[in-house]
Amino acid sequence: MTTNGDRQPALSLRGVNKSFGAVHVLKNVDIDVYTGEVLALVGDNGAGKSTLIKGIAGSQPFDSGFYAFEGHEQRVHSPKDASALGIEVVYQDLAICDNLDVVHNMFLGRELRSGIMLDEITMERQATETLHRLSVRTLSSVRMAVASLSGGQRQTVAIARAVLWNSKVVVLDEPTAALGVAQTEQVLSLVRQLAERGLAVIFISHNMNDVFAVADRIATLYLGELAAELPASELTHTQVVELITAGRSGALGLQNGESTEVAT
Amino acid sequence: MTDAPVLDTEELAVEQMTVKSSIREYFARVRGGEIGALPAVLGLLSLVVFFTAMEPDRFASLLNFANLINQSAMIVFISMGLVFVLLLGQIDLSAGVTAGTSGAVLAVLLTNHGVAWPVAIGVCLLTGTAIGLTIGLIVARLGVPSFVVSLAFFLGLQGVMLWVIGEGGTIPVRNDTILSIMNANMAPPLGWVLVVLVVGGYAAVTLAGVRNRVRHRLPAQSATIAWFKIISLAVLVTVVTYLLNQERSVNPDLTSLKGLPYIVPISIVFLVGLTFLLSRTSFGRHVYAIGGNVEAARRAGINVAGVQIICFMICSTMAAMSGILFASRDNSISPSTGGSITLLLAVGAAVIGGVSLYGGKGRVRDAMLGGLVVATIANGLPLITSASSVQFIVTAMVLLLAAAVDALSRRRAAATGHF
Repeated sequence: MTTNGDRQPALSLRGVNKSFGAVHVLKNVDIDVYTGEVLALVGDNGAGKSTLIKGIAGSQPFDSGFYAFEGHEQRVHSPKDASALGIEVVYQDLAICDNLDVVHNMFLGRELRSGIMLDEITMERQATETLHRLSVRTLSSVRMAVASLSGGQRQTVAIARAVLWNSKVVVLDEPTAALGVAQTEQVLSLVRQLAERGLAVIFISHNMNDVFAVADRIATLYLGELAAELPASELTHTQVVELITAGRSGALGLQNGESTEVAT
Repeated sequence: MTDAPVLDTEELAVEQMTVKSSIREYFARVRGGEIGALPAVLGLLSLVVFFTAMEPDRFASLLNFANLINQSAMIVFISMGLVFVLLLGQIDLSAGVTAGTSGAVLAVLLTNHGVAWPVAIGVCLLTGTAIGLTIGLIVARLGVPSFVVSLAFFLGLQGVMLWVIGEGGTIPVRNDTILSIMNANMAPPLGWVLVVLVVGGYAAVTLAGVRNRVRHRLPAQSATIAWFKIISLAVLVTVVTYLLNQERSVNPDLTSLKGLPYIVPISIVFLVGLTFLLSRTSFGRHVYAIGGNVEAARRAGINVAGVQIICFMICSTMAAMSGILFASRDNSISPSTGGSITLLLAVGAAVIGGVSLYGGKGRVRDAMLGGLVVATIANGLPLITSASSVQFIVTAMVLLLAAAVDALSRRRAAATGHF
């Protein structure tokens, strides 16, 4: 299902800016995310990662810049606009209700109904199918309350929820931050699965091992500017760390305030 | 289940639940702090045994049994409404006086203005709805804690009630239709019709649910367990109906008293309706979601403020229903109707029944079960001691116990991952 040959990005941002009062948080950032690819978004705290995601998700729209989805310019001013396009965000703090079961959480806010009644049967089947399609075998029952799940399983539910809606772009905000080794492994393989199923994935992480384990390309933000966007195979750990902390690494990155983009 | 249906992949082989696995799972849930209605059922049973032992003649009489059901009704109706607000993690301290105020509107319209009873009931219920709308708007739109808003309403509505009732004090209610709600009984054959409807309806819904899930190859509860529940319900309602269909008048020659009190079918209608709303509609699902994690609900696109406002409206409207019951039972409305400990008993009923004060957990039927426990205490205690001091202290301790059980089971649930 990978369509790396056709280079039309699923999501394309050109020269987006965002300011909060006098603080210029995003400065002319260009980002392309391709179908079937994991783009890792890295950067130090305050580099603008969260602002970029919120702009993509529409919860804090960009001040200026070009936002294109599958080659067409879009106006994304609310989370609803983004979901309508097929862009889903899995936030760091999960946004899951502990007292509801897996099915209820996956369909939260978008319950299927027949008449005025909830269509539990169809929801349960679709939830089961989605989890199965993602090769999730760690849940014993989709009717378990989420409170009884491990951190990795909860993250799995949150990701599966994003996939359930035939979404095309999934943004994962530090999905492995609070997980143990085995659970991180599970979630990373799920992230790869998403890309192999033909989704465009934006993966945000502070953990370089995780980034190199899943990313096809790595985009580094430094103080609101895109320092570099390069294939993961052309970068080393050290280079990425330098890009994150200094905005440049040798010939890569920001030179005198100019970013050099090496063609991918 | 004989032929376990299998989905197209071996990983998804559906294991139908057996009796054994169901029982095992139930005990695992209870151990994990998900105790549900267990404390209320055990509490009710031990209270009945205790009071029967202490006062076999006066407590365990048929007349007192019917009386107890009527006594519980006002508390149960307020409590059923409170469930919606408690599920959100909010509280409405004004529900008791809302009952009084709406009841006062009803009584004034009927007695002082000669308004037809259906209109009076409509205005009474709308009074409740309007109070709930106002509380809901202040809580949801301004963000004032519901504790403070409803405390202000608790005081303010007592003033409104005095103003509605006027200086006279007590407004009598003489309308026969209103009075019959809490004082008339169903003809015994009609009671049996109700039994058939209730048991048949429950059986149909339960069995259809099981069959539907099995047909769609989803795990379903074992048919044996389903039948066990149906038969238990059938036995319970048959015994209750049989007992209440007996003559219970002290002087049968003068007035005959037999049959289910009319409040029983009325309560069942509200129980079924509100349960449907909470468990089978997306509105109900959103109520639980907000109680579980309000931020998650907001991000999922749920109109949090809207749901909150509707819940406060349901709560106050149910309180107004209770106001009608007060008017019917007391034949009058006085400035103290719905005041004093009414609200505390209603909150206590919900919590004893298993509704969590922390939000996100509880069902409408919990309010009914808890209401029976509270009413049994209120009914039985005066029979064994006339000291108000003891009655207050014992009632307070029961409420505290219920809240403590709620807090402990929540902690246990957090520790074991159940909810």
